[in-house]
Amino acid sequence: VNRQAQAVVMLLLGGAVLKASLGDLYLRYVKAGLQPFLIGAGALLVAAAVMTLWYELRPRRTTAHGHEHHHEPRIGWLLILPVLGLLLVAPPALGSYAAGQAGSVLTAQNSASDYPPLPAGDPVDVGLLDYASRAVFDQGRSLTGRTLRLTGFVTPGPGGEPMLARMVLSCCAADGRPIKVGLTGAGPSAVAPDTWVQVVGAYSNRVGKDPVNGADVPYLQVTSWQEVTAPKQQYE
Amino acid sequence: VLAVVLVLLVVFRNPLASLISDARLQTWTTVFVSVLVQAVPFLVFGVVLSAVIAVFVPRSFWARALPRHPALAVPAAGLAGVVLPGCECGSVPIAGSLIRRGVTPAAALAFLLAAPAINPIVLTATVVAFPGRPMMAVARGLASLIVAVAMGWLWLRLGRTEWIKLPHRPDLEGLGRGNAFWAAVRHDLMHAGGFLVVGAAAAATINVVVPERWLTSLAGNAALSVLALAVLAVLLSICSEADAFVAASLSQFSLTSRLVFLVVGPMVDLKLISMQTGVFGRRFAARFAPATLLAAIVVGTGIGVVLL
Repeated sequence: VNRQAQAVVMLLLGGAVLKASLGDLYLRYVKAGLQPFLIGAGALLVAAAVMTLWYELRPRRTTAHGHEHHHEPRIGWLLILPVLGLLLVAPPALGSYAAGQAGSVLTAQNSASDYPPLPAGDPVDVGLLDYASRAVFDQGRSLTGRTLRLTGFVTPGPGGEPMLARMVLSCCAADGRPIKVGLTGAGPSAVAPDTWVQVVGAYSNRVGKDPVNGADVPYLQVTSWQEVTAPKQQYE
Repeated sequence: VLAVVLVLLVVFRNPLASLISDARLQTWTTVFVSVLVQAVPFLVFGVVLSAVIAVFVPRSFWARALPRHPALAVPAAGLAGVVLPGCECGSVPIAGSLIRRGVTPAAALAFLLAAPAINPIVLTATVVAFPGRPMMAVARGLASLIVAVAMGWLWLRLGRTEWIKLPHRPDLEGLGRGNAFWAAVRHDLMHAGGFLVVGAAAAATINVVVPERWLTSLAGNAALSVLALAVLAVLLSICSEADAFVAASLSQFSLTSRLVFLVVGPMVDLKLISMQTGVFGRRFAARFAPATLLAAIVVGTGIGVVLL
């Protein structure tokens, strides 16, 4: 690998990172908070590529090290792979396959008392993780009597029945864990996995178990549902 | 060649995209790309910092900054790691650069292990992930520092300099400072970055191939659960800022085994082994990674039994 090719690889990687982080693409892979660092890193990569080309193409003053033949790191070629991944393939955000592999993320909270009342709105939009914590750890006290709207993708439950799920990221998609909510009542049926839906319903005191890790899976009493397009930020 | 490959790829873009429509392969690609996207900032900033060390910090600085005696330099370097927040992928090139600049390898290795494991960001994340259990963060910091310092001292006693084979970097002497700086950045980026890609591919494979339910059957047995989570930490290669949240969600495992997960993860994992092989050489990684894994399991279990 000569240095000019290395510069091209760095330029491509920097460009791919910049393109992904300036648009919405990066949201499929990492938390939104990483954006400034991604932009900074992409800019530095481009700068390194430009400076390498600048020093390479400038007329040499000395020929003392003009013919150094120590091998440049060949493994650097592999950096082309993430470039291809970002620019050509741009894989989708994690969906029902990943959700089926891992256990629901709901874990014990320390205190059950600090759930503030839901904001106004009828129906009121609630995140899946928020709904699940309120339903399981607060016994639904702050949920009863409200019409709730939840957005997530459909994933087959243990018995094949559709469940609502969403992936929760703490850093990047490698640590993505699903949060699952069961659906009773007039829930979506005959919908392909990974379809994004919006369900409207009320708190149900039914609680199931995730067979993967034994975590509690709360249920929602569904009154209506509709298909929606996937949101820009697919993770919670 | 590069241009031809790129043209071909653009032409075959659609067949390529439909090839990965399979759910498993798709998840693999997503995880692979996301591990890399997440690691790129840390890699780039780590590489730039290591180039700064290589070019702008004079050799004499390290002689003055660290205690003269190697046995004392080890804990000092370990503690220096505490204040430098960063992912593990950034600290590998930095440690390599420190050794090049004459820092005793034992101290650089203590820094390598301590920096990603115990810094304010990671410890805060641990507190947040385990609400009501602040001892978890304390135990994590303590156990990781002990392992880092112990490995440094172990290296002083048993380590041999010839195990470390730093890759030949183009001679920076005699170049202008700007040129030397960018040459170091380019070389380290291509090198460490290439091994990072290998590590990310391995981690993505494990992520897709090993379903979580295999693990659940091991959670009941105290000894097995510690080993299972130690192995999982090595295989998953999650960045140290996020692993506390994953540990919190492995709720069927004991707190001690989850502590071992948190101590092992930032010190030994697939992408780190791959990068250490690249930066320090194969003979080094083959000895250092298993020894660190063993130390982390023993210390993590001990601290867990005492504190949790």
